Amino acid sequence: MEHAFQPGQKPSIRSGFRFQWEPAQERHVLLYPEGMVKLTASAGEILKRCDGEHTVAEIVEELKQQFPGVDLEADVYKFLEVADENGWIEVR
Amino acid sequence: MKTAGSKYADMPKPLWLLAELTYACPLQCPYCSNPVDMANYTRELTTEEWFKVLREARELGATQLGFSGGEPLTRPDLEELIAEARRLGYYTNLITSGVGMTEERIKAFKEAGLDHIQVSFQASSQELNDFIAGTDAFQHKLEMARAVKRNGYPMVLCFVLHRHNEDQVEDILELAIALEADYVELATTQYYGWAMHNKEQLLPTREQVERAEAIAHRYQEKMKGKMRIFYVVPDYYEDRPKACMNGWGNVFLTIAPDGAALPCHSARQLPGVELVNVRDHSIEWIWYESPLFNMFRGYDWMKEPCRSCDEKEKDFGGCRCQAWMLTGDPRNADPVCSKSPHHQELLDEVARIEADAMNPDVPEKPLVFRNMRTSKALIGDKPERDTTTA
Repeated sequence: MEHAFQPGQKPSIRSGFRFQWEPAQERHVLLYPEGMVKLTASAGEILKRCDGEHTVAEIVEELKQQFPGVDLEADVYKFLEVADENGWIEVR
Repeated sequence: MKTAGSKYADMPKPLWLLAELTYACPLQCPYCSNPVDMANYTRELTTEEWFKVLREARELGATQLGFSGGEPLTRPDLEELIAEARRLGYYTNLITSGVGMTEERIKAFKEAGLDHIQVSFQASSQELNDFIAGTDAFQHKLEMARAVKRNGYPMVLCFVLHRHNEDQVEDILELAIALEADYVELATTQYYGWAMHNKEQLLPTREQVERAEAIAHRYQEKMKGKMRIFYVVPDYYEDRPKACMNGWGNVFLTIAPDGAALPCHSARQLPGVELVNVRDHSIEWIWYESPLFNMFRGYDWMKEPCRSCDEKEKDFGGCRCQAWMLTGDPRNADPVCSKSPHHQELLDEVARIEADAMNPDVPEKPLVFRNMRTSKALIGDKPERDTTTA
């Protein structure tokens, strides 16, 4: 079982799941067979970048630029771990 | 897309849309949740009318969409409906028996944008499966389940459990593993519609339920991270009711084949219900303003013991249909709850059914299979209850 992500890994939304913006709810959601995860704003910002292209380090870097002065590195790693445990993301 | 107006900003949104496209079905499962008088509602919505439903519900925030029935595959416009739903941004689920499916159609659905397929099985063996389904379906279901996976869909397998297959749970889970299901639903029969009619022949014994539950939990552990197993606890054996539909008019919107909009698929039977039809009204009016959707919304409708109960926000007093069927008043607490004054009656009934089931001297009543002919016979000469007011 994985406990942490490496900076060079490229997470993506797990196949069968769909990540999208819901205008009526004004938030991102993650959709899967017969279910939906309502995401917080920060979870949405992280998952938006889980596209199989960005490395974890790049995700952190982009978010740091978007939210200057916020120490978010640990939070990103922690969220990715939770997302992985819940089966929302995969690393190829 | 417009967002819900400020007028309704604090109200719940219909996040889950269940589109019951038809009551037609090649299977005859005696536990079907469709209404026993389904032969009264055969004037199905047209493709255009469904498009309107999909569009309006999506505008209110509906995100999950289930195409169900009956057997939705009997609708020749299913591909069109899927394509429109996907275009609107729904996560689209097809809930099917697999009968009437072909690999060509599975591919066409994929092209149209279908996200997920749920295939139901009646049992893990051909003999029992085909007996319960009332038709030779097992081999075809196996083929279709394999084709679903081959075409890259996430797959849910659904098994409805009852006295006749409850002891097969281990074989059922092994079958699901062999078919590479992503999710398995072990859904204990809920007693509505045809299932209510067949309750005495379907209710498992407590011993059966306990065995099945233990096996399900063992497999949940064993398959962790590979296959998710949902075990729906049989509520007749519980002492707190289920949070039915997650609250009335709170999350779920069902549209029946004839266009009746319902807070749950069996709400049509409740007394005093003023039915509303999507042919006459907008989904917005139906969801927010109609008397039906406000009937048991929130907590003001409750009687004691629910009204002052500190668990009411957890289970909403249980199921209104069950309260009506078992106590004669839909405002009563669901008698599954041990705080209900009717709870003992339910326990007594369960004990009686259990004793009869285990007593070889009590002849077993035959199952009543679900089909239009039997529906008509059961309706007798009762007049049609058309929901269209125009």
